[in-house]
Amino acid sequence: MRFALSDDQLELCSAVRRLLEDTCTPDAVRAAWADAALAGGGPGGGDGTVPAAWGALAEMGVFGVCVPEAHGGLGMTDEDLVPLLLEVGRAALPEPVSSTAGVAANLLARWAPPALADKWLPRVAAGEVRVGVGFPPEGGGAPTVAQAAACDALLLFDRGEVHLVEPTAVELEPLRAVDGSQHLARVRWAPTPETLVAGGEQGAAATGEAFDRAALGAAAMLVGLSRRMLDMAAQYATERQQFGVPIGSFQAVKHQLADASLAVEFAEPLVLRAANSVAHRDPSASVHVSMAKAKAADAANGAARTSLQVHGAIGYTVEYDLHLYMKRAWSLAARFGDAAFHRRRVRAAVLEV
Amino acid sequence: MDLTWSESEEAFREEARSWLEDNVPRPALPSGDTREGFAAHLEWERRLHEARWSVVSWPEEYGGRGASLWEWLIFEEEYYRAGAPQRVTQNGIFLLAPTLFEFGTQAQQDHYLPRMAAAVDLWCQGWSEPNAGSDLAAVRSRAVRDDRAGGWVLSGQKTWTTRGAFCNYLFGLFRSDPESERHKGLTYFLVPLDSDGVTVRGFGRLDGDEGFAEVFLDEVFVPDDDGTPETMLRGGVLGEVHGGWGVAMATTSSERGLTLRSPGRFQATAQRLVELARERSRDGALTDLMADAVVDAWIDAEAYAQYTLADVTGIVEGRSPGARSSYNKLFWSELDVRLHEVALDLLGPDAELAGPWMTGYQFALSGPIYAGTNEIQRNIVAERVLGLPRR
Repeated sequence: MRFALSDDQLELCSAVRRLLEDTCTPDAVRAAWADAALAGGGPGGGDGTVPAAWGALAEMGVFGVCVPEAHGGLGMTDEDLVPLLLEVGRAALPEPVSSTAGVAANLLARWAPPALADKWLPRVAAGEVRVGVGFPPEGGGAPTVAQAAACDALLLFDRGEVHLVEPTAVELEPLRAVDGSQHLARVRWAPTPETLVAGGEQGAAATGEAFDRAALGAAAMLVGLSRRMLDMAAQYATERQQFGVPIGSFQAVKHQLADASLAVEFAEPLVLRAANSVAHRDPSASVHVSMAKAKAADAANGAARTSLQVHGAIGYTVEYDLHLYMKRAWSLAARFGDAAFHRRRVRAAVLEV
Repeated sequence: MDLTWSESEEAFREEARSWLEDNVPRPALPSGDTREGFAAHLEWERRLHEARWSVVSWPEEYGGRGASLWEWLIFEEEYYRAGAPQRVTQNGIFLLAPTLFEFGTQAQQDHYLPRMAAAVDLWCQGWSEPNAGSDLAAVRSRAVRDDRAGGWVLSGQKTWTTRGAFCNYLFGLFRSDPESERHKGLTYFLVPLDSDGVTVRGFGRLDGDEGFAEVFLDEVFVPDDDGTPETMLRGGVLGEVHGGWGVAMATTSSERGLTLRSPGRFQATAQRLVELARERSRDGALTDLMADAVVDAWIDAEAYAQYTLADVTGIVEGRSPGARSSYNKLFWSELDVRLHEVALDLLGPDAELAGPWMTGYQFALSGPIYAGTNEIQRNIVAERVLGLPRR
């Protein structure tokens, strides 16, 4: 038994954190928004990418973490990747890192026919391609995909089948969303035999695994985002003076922040455990992912709310950076199953009613 | 990460489980916080000791099994799963013992620990006073030096002493330097409750059990330690004279953190809650809102278990939990209350009936108060983890 990241894993995390501090600044996140006014500054016209950050992650090998060595990757597992996604969240990098390095890399490595794997995996590992994922909404209909227009391929799921589709072959309907860096689009597409990656029993298994990885990636990013927001709030509460003292010296402020950080502190081990379970294909992996996503979403929503309250009016502006992280948190809390959805999955497994 | 147990750990679990299955009293014992219940619990403690399950993590010469922290965790999990009795010896074995291991002389360890393991000496805690609760550094009970007699003379009043009326020894903080203030000039004393000058008055807790006591000390003599068992029977000083605050804080981190609160306790409660919810569901009385609350509390019990695994990993590898123990205390105490609140919601109109959930609820409500109130814990988290300024 050892519930902790290894020294190597921790080192890689710090390296990724430093790299993103340099390449994914709040200004870089703003520049990924299309609308400068909504972003609260920046050049406007962004497409959701942060090429400097993506390139640096590629150089470090992050996209190859879950790609087998035979395909140019590092042959490691979700347990190595998920802590890095936490850092991606902390920086609010809007790029499809989780869907490319997590969902696509694992799915193609395990389930794709050799020719398809040979074609895509080396490019995934090298960070040459961005892959988006879209699951049909509960009750059916067209999936919603983040950064769809900037992606080189989309992994789409349809009634137990997995398809890899190039964006030129689908119709993208841009959607307005609270986080303008996400460039969400509704994807209208039709499966064809040529786009099929996996069908039948394999397709169903691949779909389940992909959804779990997508939700797990979001959960990890939510933990990172929460930590970032609470760091900002604590920093602000230390500097901001009212009544002649830092507002962080008031217990009413201290206790809110303590409670918000408590929720994050206890969501994180659920995320790491789920990463371990997914990596080892534990029979309870889906339940573990759902626990992680439900608690990470609740924690992030709480961290956002508390951080905003602690900042007061300055936090309620788009010129201040907080909204970039807050909006990402809302967005990822809702994506790939919100907290209520994931609690229902846990309910089915635990209560069996 | 390696989230699997080794073969020897699994074997240890099997041994604990089968012994508990054969030995846990049925029906359950009456509350150990009542006079007759306490006596029944003492018998249980002695049975645990005979089979060397009373202090599994201690060295064998003191009655333990030299079990690792991981094995301790496994034992606790099995203990709660089996629905075994509460540990009326816990203030000794979980609070005082870690302090004795850290600060006691060899002679003190050799004398006190085996007696504690065998439930011969039953320890209660003498920290709080009528005017020193959360503000523990305000203690006023005093220790006056008596050089001629070679010892200390203790006077003052301690209160909220759990099971004080049933115990025979007290460990507590006394102001030994009359000129001192706050954290300085305190000494950590071990005091037999049958000493001349000690009066113990038990009183009812919220649940009506006589689980609380106040302890009055009127010129109680505690001799200097000469290393002989005869003297140690009459008490003594633990750690440095005037250095009691540091000694006490070591105990506090045990109390707030890992040692008392095995995840098994909350996972067992969460499992009972799940069974209650299934029962309600069979009656057609489980709403989605209730089911959601059950699931959320169950997930939190799991989260606590995972957090503890991370904590134990850190301790095993020599990292101090530090302020993590405040997170830990906040989480388990709020979780315990919520598990019971949800259960009472499920019971609906039957919630008011005397039963295990109402009893458990009243007990759970003490969690956010004792071992450092949750307000104090939030301050610690805010100041020591988040870096917010003290006032």
